[in-house]
Amino acid sequence: MFHNLSFRYKIPLRGSLLIAIIAMSVSASLMYGVYYDLKDDAQQNADRMSRILAYSLKPLLLNDDVWRAYETINSPMQSSSGKKENYIDEILILNPRQQIYVSTHPRQFPVRSELSLLNPKLDKLSSEISRSLIDTPKSVELAESGKSYMVTPIISDGVLLGTLVIGYSSSMFLPHFYDIVWRSIITTLIVGAVLLPLSWFWGWRMSIPLTQLSESMSKVGWGTPLPDPDEFDLYESRDEIGQMGSAFKRMLRDLKHKENLEKQVLVSERLAAVGRLTAGIAHEINNPLGGMLITINTAKKHGSSDPQIQKTISLLERGLLQIKDIIGALLVEAKFQNHPLTVQDIEDTRTLVLANVRNKSIELNWGNDVQETLPLPSTLVRQVLINLLLNAIQASDAHVDCHIYRDSGNLSLVIKNDGKHIDPEQMSYLFEPFSSGREEGYGLGLWMTYQIVSQLNGLITMQSQPGETIFSVTLPLGVPS
Amino acid sequence: MQRWIKLALLCWALCGLTYAQANEHAPLRIGLTAVFLEEQTALIHSWQLYLESRLNRRVSFVQRASYREIIVLLKNGKLDFAWLCGYPYITNKKFLRLLAVPVYHGKPTYQSYLIVPADDRKTRSIVDLKGKLFAFSDPDSNSGYLVPVYELNKLNKKPDTFFGKTFFTWAHSKVIEAVASGVAQGGAVDGYIWDSQAIRHPELTSQTRIVNKSPEFGFPPIVSRRSMATTEVNTLRAVLLFMQRDEEGRKLLEKMNLDGFVSGNDKMFETIAAMALKVAN
Repeated sequence: MFHNLSFRYKIPLRGSLLIAIIAMSVSASLMYGVYYDLKDDAQQNADRMSRILAYSLKPLLLNDDVWRAYETINSPMQSSSGKKENYIDEILILNPRQQIYVSTHPRQFPVRSELSLLNPKLDKLSSEISRSLIDTPKSVELAESGKSYMVTPIISDGVLLGTLVIGYSSSMFLPHFYDIVWRSIITTLIVGAVLLPLSWFWGWRMSIPLTQLSESMSKVGWGTPLPDPDEFDLYESRDEIGQMGSAFKRMLRDLKHKENLEKQVLVSERLAAVGRLTAGIAHEINNPLGGMLITINTAKKHGSSDPQIQKTISLLERGLLQIKDIIGALLVEAKFQNHPLTVQDIEDTRTLVLANVRNKSIELNWGNDVQETLPLPSTLVRQVLINLLLNAIQASDAHVDCHIYRDSGNLSLVIKNDGKHIDPEQMSYLFEPFSSGREEGYGLGLWMTYQIVSQLNGLITMQSQPGETIFSVTLPLGVPS
Repeated sequence: MQRWIKLALLCWALCGLTYAQANEHAPLRIGLTAVFLEEQTALIHSWQLYLESRLNRRVSFVQRASYREIIVLLKNGKLDFAWLCGYPYITNKKFLRLLAVPVYHGKPTYQSYLIVPADDRKTRSIVDLKGKLFAFSDPDSNSGYLVPVYELNKLNKKPDTFFGKTFFTWAHSKVIEAVASGVAQGGAVDGYIWDSQAIRHPELTSQTRIVNKSPEFGFPPIVSRRSMATTEVNTLRAVLLFMQRDEEGRKLLEKMNLDGFVSGNDKMFETIAAMALKVAN
């Protein structure tokens, strides 16, 4: 139960437990000390008082001054507050014959009465006094009555004048002790009332970075897209939790990067596989197709003049030619040699697409920085440029930008349009054949473009966001395939 | 007042400046005993201030635990005046001079009360206290010693043998305390003190019961040593007698639970003298 509790509660709970244990153990040890100190104090108090009283009583007993003896023993019994301060129950003075000389409670212990006859419980006290003649105060405890008696002989020049007996309850210090206990409980509660919320607050604050981190980490998992590291507001510090937070963000970034790479690899591998498959199929179709076309040609020249047959043959021929076109498109061959790319080739492309630009009433911003002949196959480059331009013009709402330039070792073609953007789902199948979102055409334009760029060892990338779709082609110079 | 100034002038003329100054600055020493309430420091102080202002002279009150000590001081000339009991006045008459007698309840007399604890319902007279513990106030007190001893004397008894045990508390108010607390089973007390305590501390006197009130005796008088100058005796007497006619004096008397002072005479103490004589024989 506690094991699975959030740190948000675990840390404050542990703090509170610690405070409670400290408070209780400190209080308990203090109480223990106070208990024995008070008990000791009580004993010492009675001892001290009996010495003082015995000393003051000596001349009074010598003079047989009953009243002053009474006043003397009565004075410790009275206090200004009216509360019994020293918990003394009674003080008696016994004469050497164990009769009451005078007492603080004359009605209970009348003068001249026998101590042992007054109360059978005091019999033991009486025998204790008569048995041992001692010269220092001695404590006699009567267990059955829960009372203690401090017995002090009053001696003058070796002669026993009388005995002072101070009776007090053995637990006389308990009310004082309970008072101290009560006050310490109150103090502990007050301190606790201050410390506990403080400990909860600190514990809670300490747990915030942990819970933040844990919540962020729980968002990363199988089947869910990786979250953006920047959307997490994590605790920043150089302590361990702060380091964990930044490590987590770093890890998330690396994961994201890896995921993108994997996606790219997947796409290009798929495209390569599709390319190999299509090329294989196209070759296999091409051979019988060539034969069929030659046969049809022969049949048209030398076959029956029956118009019905002629019409059928013509239909067959058109169909076969269409297949040939498609196969031709699928089977992008960059093998054949043609002349290098000239400025004129590039400018011709512009001329070719201008008719479409005018038809759609959009604007074409043409920027060609290339002014020299480049060692690239002109036909293929023109094919790529035309494909991308035509696509862009078709998708565009108002503007198409075309920028052609070269840097140290590459020719770059950048074509932008402002039309509807391509959604991410579509993007991963973009360069595959027959994947076009459009209604007309087979969707082979981008496939061909991709194949050509691949065969020229170039790179084609596409970025699309609302209002702007950019196709960039980079072709290395001087390494003709 | 005028008389005092005249006297001072005379002294100055006769004895010279130094002596006169010394004489004027010597305070009047008045001894107080347990006939008056103990622990009335504030009242005694205001009485002192009152007397000083009326006498135009410093006054100091001297308190002692027993009558005997006060009498010794008077005899030795260490006290000028004292408030004594009638009994020691009678026995030491040749050293003393009567100055004034307080008036209590309209008369210069008081009584001795025989008291027992309030829970003692049986005692009807001192005879019932045979073998008991009895508290006297002072061996030189009339009301707190002589009266009960005289009562026993009439029965041919002596206190030491008649009572189980006796003790002195050295003050009337302490006799009341001793009986109230139960230390003593009986006691003899000055009726004026008991009455005053009944007003001031009814919770204390209510724990005692008055068994018997004695006949009336002369109230404890204020006396001077015989060697005291007549003029000074007369001056103080005049001040005391005037107290009841003076606003401030009346207030003090009220606090003292007295009506005033009269000059008094030795006839007032004849009964005490007779008892003393009887007991002494």
